[in-house]
Amino acid sequence: MTATQSFYHTPAPPHLTGMKAWLLTHDHKRLGLMYLGAIFFWFVLAMFLGLLLRTELMSQGKTIMDAATYNATFTLHGVIMIFLFVIPGIPAIFGNFFLPIQLGTDDVFFPRLNLFSWYLFMFGGLFAIISLFVGDGFPDTGWTFYVPFSVQNSANVGLTVTAAFILGMSSMLTGLNFVTTFHRMRDKSMGLMQIPLFAWSLYATAWVQILATPVISITFVLIVLERFFHIGLFDPDKGGDPLLYQHLFWMYSHPAVYVMIIPGMGVISEIIPIFSRKSIFGYKAIVWSSMAIAIAGSLVWAHHMFTSGMSDVSVFVFSLLTYLVAIPSAVKVFSWVSTMYKGSIEMTPPLLLALIFIFLFSIGGLTGLVLGAAGTNIHVHDTQFVVAHFHFVMFGGTGFAFFAALHFWWPKMFGIMYRFKPAYIGASLTGIGFMFHYVPMLILGLEGMPRRYYDYLPQYETGNFLAGFGGYLLIIGMVTMFVNLLLSFKQRMPAPVDPWGGTTLEWTVPSPPPVHNFLHKPQIADFPYDFTGVTEQLLQRGGEGPLP
Amino acid sequence: MTPVQGVDQAFWYILGISVVLLFGITVVMVYFVVKYRRSKHPVASDIRDNYKLEIIWTIVPTLIALSMFVIGWSSYVGLRTVPKDAMEVEVLAQQYSWLFVYNNDKETENELVVPVGRAVKLNISSLDVLHSFYLPAFRIKVDAVKGMPTYAWFFADQLGEYDIQCTEYCGVDHSAMVAKLKIIPEKEFAAWLEKESD
Repeated sequence: MTATQSFYHTPAPPHLTGMKAWLLTHDHKRLGLMYLGAIFFWFVLAMFLGLLLRTELMSQGKTIMDAATYNATFTLHGVIMIFLFVIPGIPAIFGNFFLPIQLGTDDVFFPRLNLFSWYLFMFGGLFAIISLFVGDGFPDTGWTFYVPFSVQNSANVGLTVTAAFILGMSSMLTGLNFVTTFHRMRDKSMGLMQIPLFAWSLYATAWVQILATPVISITFVLIVLERFFHIGLFDPDKGGDPLLYQHLFWMYSHPAVYVMIIPGMGVISEIIPIFSRKSIFGYKAIVWSSMAIAIAGSLVWAHHMFTSGMSDVSVFVFSLLTYLVAIPSAVKVFSWVSTMYKGSIEMTPPLLLALIFIFLFSIGGLTGLVLGAAGTNIHVHDTQFVVAHFHFVMFGGTGFAFFAALHFWWPKMFGIMYRFKPAYIGASLTGIGFMFHYVPMLILGLEGMPRRYYDYLPQYETGNFLAGFGGYLLIIGMVTMFVNLLLSFKQRMPAPVDPWGGTTLEWTVPSPPPVHNFLHKPQIADFPYDFTGVTEQLLQRGGEGPLP
Repeated sequence: MTPVQGVDQAFWYILGISVVLLFGITVVMVYFVVKYRRSKHPVASDIRDNYKLEIIWTIVPTLIALSMFVIGWSSYVGLRTVPKDAMEVEVLAQQYSWLFVYNNDKETENELVVPVGRAVKLNISSLDVLHSFYLPAFRIKVDAVKGMPTYAWFFADQLGEYDIQCTEYCGVDHSAMVAKLKIIPEKEFAAWLEKESD
């Protein structure tokens, strides 16, 4: 074994062999890939559940399932997507793999805790699966578990919230690991303004994970106590207050939305400069906007409750705060677009996905303005408009950032390159299918069709049919992308150290990296996005080699 | 201006600005990608900041956002300010139907009947889990919570039938929890109200 061998050939700790080299590993890169395997499984499962839901809605009345199945299915779709894909997705996979490398170090601060977090994640998922098959079946409460419905109904709410509780622990410990790694493991010569933006985004996210997750954990414990010991905290029959539950739930779940999107923004902040071969525009503004979103985003939770019957004063305050959190997101979008100004732009699959991200995320943000305003919120709250809005942000945003990250770091993680043409076709189909799928939902919502509806009034049929059609396009696009990536394992086109012309540290180490990441002590640049050197080097070499 | 017009005005204002912004961002983005493609523009300029521009694009969106907040809030005030002469109807939500109780104790299920030209205040409550009373044509929606009365109001300005739907997920037949609002002439209403419940 030599130091240059990739981490695939060097177990950590070194005495482990075979499966144990994976299952007991302390290596952040192996853990990142183990998360990738598990999270990808959940994503594909929930994606097909979503397709079943939309197929059911393509015509009025019963199409393929009954109402009870439909309700359990949308709950399952939501629980899996939120707790097992969107929240852990980018931080657990790409954060684990790349945060230590971007910071110029060999691992996270607590490698064993990192392994433990992965096991918590797997146990949480296992609990969710068990709750499907035991007792009275999977809950049909929606992923929000609103009381008093969730404490009165007979399904397996207890087991499911236990699963979410365990997943919360996993998320919290990952956050703790990232904050300590950021502060304690960073290369000594890397100052705060020399840190790559993806690492910054993980740092902002990690604080929210640490501070907000305990709130939801406590709330889930209270639900279990309410169900089994009838303590009467939320149940109006016993003098409890259902609105208290909603406050506690959204106090975590709204900040969690930023746990979902900020790492995605970090990915985009890496991709746009690299393929524009130009410094990110407004580095400091992007850093500050990540922190501002993390802080302000923790203060807007009750904008989910404008129709709940809470006081008009609360509506005023939370509507105002909601508008303030829109600003840092807008600043990021403007900075990304300006980065491309006078750049030297090379189209690649990750860039195409990043551009689609900017377009879809902008729609997500702008439809959020409709929801942030008190008067308009009342009309579209809990309608298909909201469903479309958060899918624009969570799927058009985080989902596309996830796809972009996969295509961006694939050569680094696996040391192989994929074919571009199928990736372009897959990405374009996914983008077009996305619009066909969700734009009809925006319109349906404006026309007044509520969400979580198994059936609907006749005037909503055309829109639902179109949305279902878009859903199929969307899935064909995603499957094309995934199959193309998986085929790269068969084609085995070797990827160079630096296929894109990057400036951050992961592009200075071999693809795939050795177990301690760096062969030599990393050189920390004064500014992480200084591309002037890259361009000169390439010009001296007489241009660049062709990409596949 | 009626509350419906107020809300719609807020919709047009916010959606209008949003469409312009989205169009601007997209066009500029695509233009840059095409104009500065590597084959035509092999060496990038090294531009890292422009504080003046950054300050402008922080302040201007803040002002736009605040104007949206104000128009949104004022339309909300319209939805919450009930005229003094409003006729009151009690609304009780249950799994899975709507009960309407008039001040002479007449009770109907899934059918709300009101006279044209009157403001109607709905006092809403639930008999079991959370529900939400949604009348899209009049842009009103409010949750029905057991033990916590809520209200909404609308001005019945035009004859006709309108859909009422439940928008807070309440169980297996949530989507079947729909009712009708019927706005009828004043005289017909008076006769209807006095008729014994059928």
